[in-house]
Amino acid sequence: MQDLLSSLVSVAFHGLAYGMILYVISVGLSVTMGLMGFVNLAHGVFAMAGGYVMLSAMNSMGIPFPLALIAAFIAVALASMVLERLLYSRLYTAGELEQVLFTIGLIFMSVAVARLVYGTLPQPVHLPEYLKGQLHFLGRDFPAYRVFLIVFSVSIVGLLWFGVERTRWGAMVRAAVDFRAMAQSVGINTSRLFTLTFALGSGLAALGGALGAEIIAIQPTYPFEHLVFFLIVVAVGGLGSLRGPFVAALLIGVADTACKYWVPEVGAFFIFIATIVVLLWRPEGLFGKAA
Amino acid sequence: MGIKSSMWIAAIALAAVSGLAAAQTVKIGIITTYSGPGSAQGDQLDKGFKLYLKLNGDKLPPGVKVEPIYRDDTGANADAAKRLAQELIVREKVQFLTGVVWTPNAAAIAPLTAEAKVPFVSANAAGVSIPRMSPYFARVSFTLWQSAYPLGQWAAKKFKRAYTVVSDFSPGHEAEEAFTKGFKEAGGEIVGSARVPMTATDFIPYMQRVRDAKPEVIFGFNPAGKQATAQMKAYSDLDLGKAGIKYIGTGDITTDEELQNMGDSALGVMTVHHYSAAAERPANKALVAAYKKEYGEKLNPGFMVVGAWDAMDMIFHAIREQNGKVDPDKTMQIFRNYKNPNSPRGPISIDPETRDIVQNEYLREVRKVGGQLANVELETVATQYKDPWKEFNKPK
Amino acid sequence: MTHAGGYIADPRIRKIEWLPWVLAVLCYFVAPSYLPLGSYVLTMVIFALSLDLILGYGGIITLGHSAYFGMGAYVAGILAARLTGEPLLGLLAGTLGAGLLGLITGMIILRTRGLALLMLTLAITSVCYEVANKATALTGGADGLGGFTVQPILGLFKFDMFGKTAYLYCLVVLFVCWWLVRRLVYSPFGASLTGVRENNVRMHAVGSPVYQRLVTSYTISAALAGLAGALLTQTTQFVGLKVLGFELSGELMVMLILGGVGRIYGAFVGPLVYLVAQDYLAKQFPEYWYFGIGAMLVLVVMFARGGILGIIDAVIARLRRKSD
Repeated sequence: MQDLLSSLVSVAFHGLAYGMILYVISVGLSVTMGLMGFVNLAHGVFAMAGGYVMLSAMNSMGIPFPLALIAAFIAVALASMVLERLLYSRLYTAGELEQVLFTIGLIFMSVAVARLVYGTLPQPVHLPEYLKGQLHFLGRDFPAYRVFLIVFSVSIVGLLWFGVERTRWGAMVRAAVDFRAMAQSVGINTSRLFTLTFALGSGLAALGGALGAEIIAIQPTYPFEHLVFFLIVVAVGGLGSLRGPFVAALLIGVADTACKYWVPEVGAFFIFIATIVVLLWRPEGLFGKAA
Repeated sequence: MGIKSSMWIAAIALAAVSGLAAAQTVKIGIITTYSGPGSAQGDQLDKGFKLYLKLNGDKLPPGVKVEPIYRDDTGANADAAKRLAQELIVREKVQFLTGVVWTPNAAAIAPLTAEAKVPFVSANAAGVSIPRMSPYFARVSFTLWQSAYPLGQWAAKKFKRAYTVVSDFSPGHEAEEAFTKGFKEAGGEIVGSARVPMTATDFIPYMQRVRDAKPEVIFGFNPAGKQATAQMKAYSDLDLGKAGIKYIGTGDITTDEELQNMGDSALGVMTVHHYSAAAERPANKALVAAYKKEYGEKLNPGFMVVGAWDAMDMIFHAIREQNGKVDPDKTMQIFRNYKNPNSPRGPISIDPETRDIVQNEYLREVRKVGGQLANVELETVATQYKDPWKEFNKPK
Repeated sequence: MTHAGGYIADPRIRKIEWLPWVLAVLCYFVAPSYLPLGSYVLTMVIFALSLDLILGYGGIITLGHSAYFGMGAYVAGILAARLTGEPLLGLLAGTLGAGLLGLITGMIILRTRGLALLMLTLAITSVCYEVANKATALTGGADGLGGFTVQPILGLFKFDMFGKTAYLYCLVVLFVCWWLVRRLVYSPFGASLTGVRENNVRMHAVGSPVYQRLVTSYTISAALAGLAGALLTQTTQFVGLKVLGFELSGELMVMLILGGVGRIYGAFVGPLVYLVAQDYLAKQFPEYWYFGIGAMLVLVVMFARGGILGIIDAVIARLRRKSD
């Protein structure tokens, strides 16, 4: 019994770390799709870019880990603003199909560029010394990096929620998500709001990609391979909400890991079956707004 | 003889002579993967071919040239590979086909080579039954049974209880079956097995099960690449080494091109494989040096690079033996008798009966050599070893 | 959602509609070494037609259409491997199998819309993929199913190495499918589909059985996709896991949107342009053709709505205005 409990704790812990990374990456997509109604399938590109920027900074330029993380966030957020102004904004009024075509085209282009610049092998991740090794508490060993991941992600999440609930900017975002036309008519500059929010969402994706590089390898085909999971987190959680994807990501992270541990033969199916069950029961997602 | 007829004779003679002296171009169709998730493996083949051609492309009879034509099958897409092979044969009229990372692609191409009579040398695709699909197929790479079965036999001498963790797709199943047979036959006990889905990024849940079962050793197999790194990391994250569980597998789990990324958690892992970039033999040292010079000091050739290298070497050998006038049946005869004592991986040859590769399998351990991680070859566990699966499954 | 096309009152075949067939037959004589690619394009056109039925005419966005394509492909493959290599029987079996799957899944998921529906289709095809991966004894798993021969069509036309028989086979099948789809679209059923797409609420208000119509069209679309899948298996004599992957669904969606959604010929133009461009670029730049394809998609979207046919429409309209 003691052993089983111990294993479960271990599984839950690792699942938690994975879920947190999924959330940090996907929350930007939830906001973008909910706020701007834009089907941005290329969201994974920003996560991948964040990973590449951080790893380049650390491996080639010797920049320390914390600075490299910040660099990843800022660089990708800025780049996404440029992309948004130049390309994305032209398609806000276009249909979903056009947006799908455009974002898939973007993925193709970024995969080719990543391959050209970085080659096909996954990027080596060399964690800083102080984050390596094991931490010992509750009578068990836990990998230090995953503990750090969980703590850091939770604080980002906390900051984000605070920002959205308590600040003026957050109020504007919530208003625009709930009722864009009304928000515009009370004088909210939705276009600038979109750009800033898009930048924040992409920056968060970059942060998630960089933090998660240890768990989800950074390779040129990253945006294609993990797109399904980001979409699942957002759809199951509920578009435009912050809490929904959080719960969804945790569920996916922990339940998926636990399922693979208990019944490995059906491990691969679990995520998809769970998605089907949840979406048939609540099509708007766990915390989404009913249509 | 009138002037007219002598002119005719002279004209014909001249034509005949110029025909003989004209340059012969032998076209070689190379199908590998440049895009999609498998591009890392395809890239290894590409590098191997191009390096060989650069260094040895001129070692041909006078007047004979080789024209390589590269195509992208975009991954394990059998229909695309077959279509590309069809086009190469019908449109470009290639005289050899080679490359091919993926078994389904090779299996789809094989019947075509039988019908069109085009010799096809697999530089990687390792499915055990492919050679039986076409009499024009020869393999220069490896089969999983060749490394996993002797590993099982060796492991049973040191360990009594094993747990297998393999990637859930056919090569994984083959490796698991081969190891299990070798291990059990030599008296070992398999206490559990797990098959990890190909989409899994995190191996922790599976390694946790292993920890609970408390075997003495884990046998692992992943397709070379990030799955191998992820499994290694999970092994070390859960401290299985400290719990007294050793990690062994075929060389795919510590593949040379990925090894540096795995970090120190890979130290001490023992594998059985046909090639290591750290091998001391002169042919390999030359290859590694040339590879680093061409592609970058930090990079190491992996077993797929050597597969491509030897495939091209065998093709060149066939071209030389026939002086540029390539005949498919003669080529297959030459392939059947091919022996190369100086491959970077040691002496290799082709089994005339099965047209599959015959090579040494080495036991290696990951150690630090000159500050870098390397698969150090300790001993040869199987000398001039044929694919055991075909021995166990002789055609009726 | 704006796209040109949809229900047009006049069902007579216009002269320009003979153009694709003329071109296809010409290709057979003029470019015999491109026939394998040609067969693949024709198969993808059938697949795209099936998607257009529910996407363009029914308004359902799906990333899971490869589940039906793959079902048809595997049914035909398993039939050929275990029972008989008779091609027409294989086509029938693939079509029926996929149609059945479409009916069952459609009934379950078509109560939802939008993102939920999209994700459900994605999840279904992913589950099918994993099932095929695990059922190695039946499907060959990741190694795929091969080594079966497809018998000559009607006992007369043998599948040859040059792909000639395969090409003509695909062309005939496509012709039949095109004719069927055209009849469907111009029928009252097709009109009601357009109604559902354009104004769901009003259709309910006039008492139209929306859900039934959607399920019916989804089933037909799935059957057609299965037909295309079976065709691919028979012309390549191999079936691998890729036919069930959502990457194929995504690629198909791209091809259709590129051509133009909701007008039958978008399904012809899109796959043709996409696959020919991919083939050409892959040969010129084996490592970086991805970039070219991506750029092409982005440019098409930036400069016109409605895909390539939309661009052509705009150009024709501009020319007409100039001549007025």
